[in-house]
Amino acid sequence: MTAALRFDPIRLPSECEQLRKEVRAFLAEEIAAGTFDPHQPNREDTDVPEFSRKVGARGWLGMTWPKKYGGHERSFLERYVVTEEMRVANAPTRRFFVADRQSGPVLLKYAPENIKMDILPRICRGEICFAIGMSEPNSGSDLFAAKTRATKTDGGYLINGTKIWTSSAHIADYMIAIFRTSPPTKENRRHGLTQFLVKMKQPGIQVNPIGQITGQYEFNEVVFTDHFIPEDHVLGEIDGAWKQATSELAYERSGPERFLETYYVLTELVRAVGKNPDTRSAEGIGRLVAQVHTMRRMSVSVAGMLQAGKEPVVEASIVKDIGTVWEQQLPQRVRELAAFVEETATNRETLEKQLDFAIKTAPKLTIQGGTTEVLRGIIARGLGLR
Amino acid sequence: MAESENIVAETAEKIFADLADAQTINRDDKGAWKAPLWQALTEAGLPLSWVGEDCGGSGASLAEGFSVLSAAGRFAVAVPLAETMLAGWLLAQARIASPDGEMTVVPASPKDRITVNADGSLSGRARGVPFAKAAKHFAVLASDAKGSFSIALVDAAKCRIETGLNLGGDNSDTVTLDKVQPVTTKPAPQGFDQTRLMLMGGVARSLQIAGALESMLEISVRYSNERVAFEKKISKFQAVQHNLARLAGESAAALAAATSAADAIANATTFNDEVFLEAVAAKIRCAEAAEKGGAIAHQVHGAIGFTIEHILHRYSLRALAWRDDFGSESYWAVELGKLVANRGADELWPLVASR
Repeated sequence: MTAALRFDPIRLPSECEQLRKEVRAFLAEEIAAGTFDPHQPNREDTDVPEFSRKVGARGWLGMTWPKKYGGHERSFLERYVVTEEMRVANAPTRRFFVADRQSGPVLLKYAPENIKMDILPRICRGEICFAIGMSEPNSGSDLFAAKTRATKTDGGYLINGTKIWTSSAHIADYMIAIFRTSPPTKENRRHGLTQFLVKMKQPGIQVNPIGQITGQYEFNEVVFTDHFIPEDHVLGEIDGAWKQATSELAYERSGPERFLETYYVLTELVRAVGKNPDTRSAEGIGRLVAQVHTMRRMSVSVAGMLQAGKEPVVEASIVKDIGTVWEQQLPQRVRELAAFVEETATNRETLEKQLDFAIKTAPKLTIQGGTTEVLRGIIARGLGLR
Repeated sequence: MAESENIVAETAEKIFADLADAQTINRDDKGAWKAPLWQALTEAGLPLSWVGEDCGGSGASLAEGFSVLSAAGRFAVAVPLAETMLAGWLLAQARIASPDGEMTVVPASPKDRITVNADGSLSGRARGVPFAKAAKHFAVLASDAKGSFSIALVDAAKCRIETGLNLGGDNSDTVTLDKVQPVTTKPAPQGFDQTRLMLMGGVARSLQIAGALESMLEISVRYSNERVAFEKKISKFQAVQHNLARLAGESAAALAAATSAADAIANATTFNDEVFLEAVAAKIRCAEAAEKGGAIAHQVHGAIGFTIEHILHRYSLRALAWRDDFGSESYWAVELGKLVANRGADELWPLVASR
């Protein structure tokens, strides 16, 4: 029998509601001060360092980490609230988001103590930005085909090769990357890759921006030429990155960012149709709201099960699969309904601009951070088909 | 889930496993399985789960009753269990004791109205009433000329019943009341209206659809691991794996939406916009999942799943049929869209993130 899927009807605890109020008040202040415009999602590549530092000062970075590293020892559900409120407000989170969600937890688990004491408090203060070096020109979804070499030398390693599609590499202070330290073995083609902490903006690293179909330059090619990495920047087991890459993925896959990426077009559509929508608009909006509600309930459920120490690996992959497919379709459905919006709607131009951007953004949503095809393979394995 | 919820649900599961096995039922074209199943359910007190002990029921909690409905969905049970539970619940709202035997609720669509006449008799027509033909009594929600709601217990024999069948082959009948004197009538509690009844029924159907999808996923996975084509199990083909992953997604969405809505209703102190969102979103999403998920389950099974001998249709067709009861997904989508528009754009996210 297939192991039954579980989605416990988890509610956010009461401490989250006070926190939500604080986050909303903070974001309203920042919007009023002109730090960012919530109606303009299309500034993914702009960098707002002072906003990151303010978020850090509020105690909203490294929320779940130990206090000795600058963290706040709060729950994953509290972090969930901060993440979803920032996402819905279109706040400029790019500078700290990767470090907070992904890189910090990897360092906590695998970095030596001196590195943790140095870097984690700076992430918590919102001072540094991280990138993730996984894909290479001939190795995307097939992660373990990576060829960029780390060759042992005195006191460390020399790196040669190229990473690609690396988001934020042009602004990042650090990157967590996998490099080849040994060839794969016959028995295990995943063997031979090691996880490293890379300090960016150093000799031997060249970052070349790559233009995207949205008109932005948000991802990059990163070329390493005899770049030196000291010994203590190895993260975890030599040749054993394949054992480490999968453990935190449930957190990464099921967060609010996996279904809210294009949410703004729905809010703007509701504004455009006004208080008395025709039947077609009402039905369209109703179906979309039912979807976003369901996605959120699934995502909160996985967060709650993780907090409770369960391991909903298949459930988390399902949230990312149907969440990203949904956020990809959302702008297309909103576009269909927008065709009936009155010419006189005051936000018509805003809605049209947002739709242009969201429709151009849509193709990447089911590719970045694990394609739909890879996710469905993981789900199939969980169902007992592989 | 609380310990006692498990016990009630486990009792139901055991009865279904013993007396409502899909394969056995599917081969029994005379319906000989129905009477023993109903008797066992009655002896366990399940049809009157939501009726207090003082009104002749077993006094289970809302949450316990909902878990029975999930189990009923997993077995695609074709007896009026959900309907009798809903009828008992409706009568209990007005503290009317439930009689023995099968019941159903009237009306079962948000568009139909039953009227209380000046002499206290009831008139009106209700379409698509599930299992009306099998019911001995109806729990009726009716309103008078001033719009005040009453709840009534009505003898089914006093009503005209035109038989109909839903997609799953279960009764879905038209019930006409022509100045019918009820057995008992009492005023509905303050604020109780037809929307409340429809949403309770809708959540019941959502749980049943989610349960049916769980079973469709399970039997589809099992079949794909048995069936060999092109010299390998079809579960080894990537196209089939991806289809089943999508079915798992639809099943998961239905399960999450339905259990969340049931939890919201079970714990609601007031019936506000947040509870409304939970209930209608579940009906909308589960109905969509019934369509998409059912189609995949059939695709995986190929021709054998299209035969009357195979059990797949017991789940797939009932899940499709249940979409229509207590307001279809398109009806509720319009209502939800109106509510969202009326609250305004800046109140949408606070509604979604309210719990």
